[in-house]
Amino acid sequence: MAEKILMLALSPTMMEGSIAIWKFKEGAEVKKGSVLCEVETDKAVMDYESSVAGTLLKIVKAEGEKAAVGDLIAVVGKPGEDIASLLTGVVATPSGPAKADALVEAGASAKAGTAGNSVTTSIPVTASVVAEVAQVPTSAIASGVRASAFLPTGFLPSLPSGTPPSSPLARLLAHNAGVDIRSIPGSGPAGRVVKRDVEAFIAGSVSRKAEAAVQGTVLPQSTASKGRFEVKREKLANRSVPVGRIRAVVAKRLSDSLHEAPHFFLRSAIEADRLLALRSALNEGRDEGSKISLNTLFAKLSAAGIARNPDINSSWNGTTIEYRKSVDVALAVALPEGLIAPVVRDCANKGLEEMEQEFRVLIAKAKAGGLKPEDYEGASFTISNLGAWGVEEFTAIINPPGSAILALGGIAKEPVVRSSPSGEDEIIVRSMLRATLSCDHRVIDGAVGAAFLRDLKAFFEEPSRALL
Amino acid sequence: MALMTYREALNRALDEEMTRDPDVFLMGEEVAEYDGAYKVSKGLLSKFGPKRVIDTPITELGFTGIGVGAAQVGLRPVIEWMTHNFALLALDQVVNNAAKMRYMTGGRFKMPVVFRGPNGPAEYLAAQHSQSFASYWAHIPGLKVVAPATPADAYGLLKSAIRDDDPVVVLESEMLYGMTGEVPDAEYLVPIGKADIRRPGKDVTLISFSKPVRACLDAAAVLQGMGVDTEVIDLRSLRPLDTETIYTSAAKTNRVVVVDEAWPFASVGSHIAYLVSRNLFDRLDAPVELVASEDVPMPYNHGLELAAQPNVEKIVAAAKRVLYLE
Repeated sequence: MAEKILMLALSPTMMEGSIAIWKFKEGAEVKKGSVLCEVETDKAVMDYESSVAGTLLKIVKAEGEKAAVGDLIAVVGKPGEDIASLLTGVVATPSGPAKADALVEAGASAKAGTAGNSVTTSIPVTASVVAEVAQVPTSAIASGVRASAFLPTGFLPSLPSGTPPSSPLARLLAHNAGVDIRSIPGSGPAGRVVKRDVEAFIAGSVSRKAEAAVQGTVLPQSTASKGRFEVKREKLANRSVPVGRIRAVVAKRLSDSLHEAPHFFLRSAIEADRLLALRSALNEGRDEGSKISLNTLFAKLSAAGIARNPDINSSWNGTTIEYRKSVDVALAVALPEGLIAPVVRDCANKGLEEMEQEFRVLIAKAKAGGLKPEDYEGASFTISNLGAWGVEEFTAIINPPGSAILALGGIAKEPVVRSSPSGEDEIIVRSMLRATLSCDHRVIDGAVGAAFLRDLKAFFEEPSRALL
Repeated sequence: MALMTYREALNRALDEEMTRDPDVFLMGEEVAEYDGAYKVSKGLLSKFGPKRVIDTPITELGFTGIGVGAAQVGLRPVIEWMTHNFALLALDQVVNNAAKMRYMTGGRFKMPVVFRGPNGPAEYLAAQHSQSFASYWAHIPGLKVVAPATPADAYGLLKSAIRDDDPVVVLESEMLYGMTGEVPDAEYLVPIGKADIRRPGKDVTLISFSKPVRACLDAAAVLQGMGVDTEVIDLRSLRPLDTETIYTSAAKTNRVVVVDEAWPFASVGSHIAYLVSRNLFDRLDAPVELVASEDVPMPYNHGLELAAQPNVEKIVAAAKRVLYLE
């Protein structure tokens, strides 16, 4: 008996997807669990695993074609089976409310218990369902105002299972503000997100936006502002807080990176006096909104270093190593919700002003919670600068798919021993910066990393060398 | 504006309506010679005579049935139950005759009868005489049910009840009979089916009726001290229910505590909590709280008797829960 293969909701909010690639041709044998095709959703490209075994008899939706959740995309069965009835049956089904039923049926007939369940539970409530509910009389005795007057208008998606609890009002407010409820920390019982949490989050986003627009700084300044040493007793409590979306992503990526990529660390002490002088010279006469930051200089000089050490600009892919043309540098930005590293693309071919402006825009977006995956994914090199917190030096975890990350401490004046022009040792004062390069040893060997760090040191100490 | 007790306000309403309409008469146990078990009918026998103020034997089913029959043929009886505890004996007449006659005769018979008496827990009365039956009446289609919490509403609602062509159950309260309050001198009616916002507020809504309204107002004062602006809704009528006032308030505050001195299971309060949860789901920031009497027969021990009922402390605690202030 041939089985219909329907488009499934591969993410909680997915309504439709387009076929990116068919992994099998018509006539090919498909096993249960084989990746039939890749489906591109609004968020990502995901594997579609077959819940049945058999021969791929018919591909209904070709590569590039869109299919709504519940639409027929293929038929799997025994070779030579007559599938005409299956094809006509579904083609005749209009998209609409009937979809849910069709999907449940398909889930059952495909014996795909898990697939069937996940589909039925994650079908978003459609606008028509909401409208029907609104028309149900509230009560035989209800006089006066119809309760439907208080129902929200517009589409409210159902939440996926595993979402931290939230009050209905909080969900409505978050929806109206265009905020993902999962990114809001809850203060109610069992971490329930309630009205005040949404209001505080929205207010925080607004102030973060304003702050970012004014400062344009890469990392928050650790100024001795009022309240810095305040004891936060109300937060010092036994509590369990559900993991937000960003925190979950950060946790997984960093765990995977540290466990899978064999890290090694190279340290260097760098004289930063000329770099500071260069920054002063560049910024002379510039207003606050266009000053070139140290981080932009670090990114630019790192790109210059990578251009001379292209092995750094690579990714481990298991059976291949991918070398990349574009030097895409990320800057780690600390947010209350978690770390995020927006990326400026092709830094080797951009000027400082262009990079500075791009970083400013990205960082403002990050602080406002508005970064899109294309803003932070796919960095080939990352810089993490904790100098503003007075950290002398530290080691960072590689940000995949890049193979190296540069951890920068603060710049401080120190006594150093140098040779005088007459050849004698002397102790002089220099502004020193300590840099630690973390490398993925699967891709970058010690000598390769050392050569790169040597060039970085040379460029940071005398930026004009990067012009060579 | 005169200051008078709840029982005096009821007495004034009866007096005025009996004066206005000769078809109105009062019947019940001890209403005539004894001036009423709670003195609500004081002076009415001497004023209107034994044909219109009638003492009955202790036969609730019987005299309630006489009232239903009298209403059916055009009179406007006011049937006093000494308490709603005793009215259980008359349930059949109210539920199966009074409430259904208009419907089953296709509207040919009106049923202008009033059933009234004290309902709800009082003090030192033990399990059989201290309980609220509000939901028993409010459950029945065909009945109207009012529950005044103040002398002014007692006066205005009883007059509306007497003039109404449908059977109306009036839930009075023994503990309120001696309560004084302002009652306007000029004659007025309080419409059946309209709640009263006894205290406007924006942070949390307390919904109640009858005796616990006072506890709600006291709780609102306590909450005020915590910076919480509380709205108190006195339902006044349970059937028909003023859902407009309830929903408007709940949509404004996003937080609702229902206070009902009946038991929690299948009560007027639990039904209102359901209506709010059902119809304002997306406007609620917290689950609706119900403060009810404990789910036990009323204890005779006075300390336990008070502890079994809604009180200011319980209402404040529930309000704090919906405000996440714990």
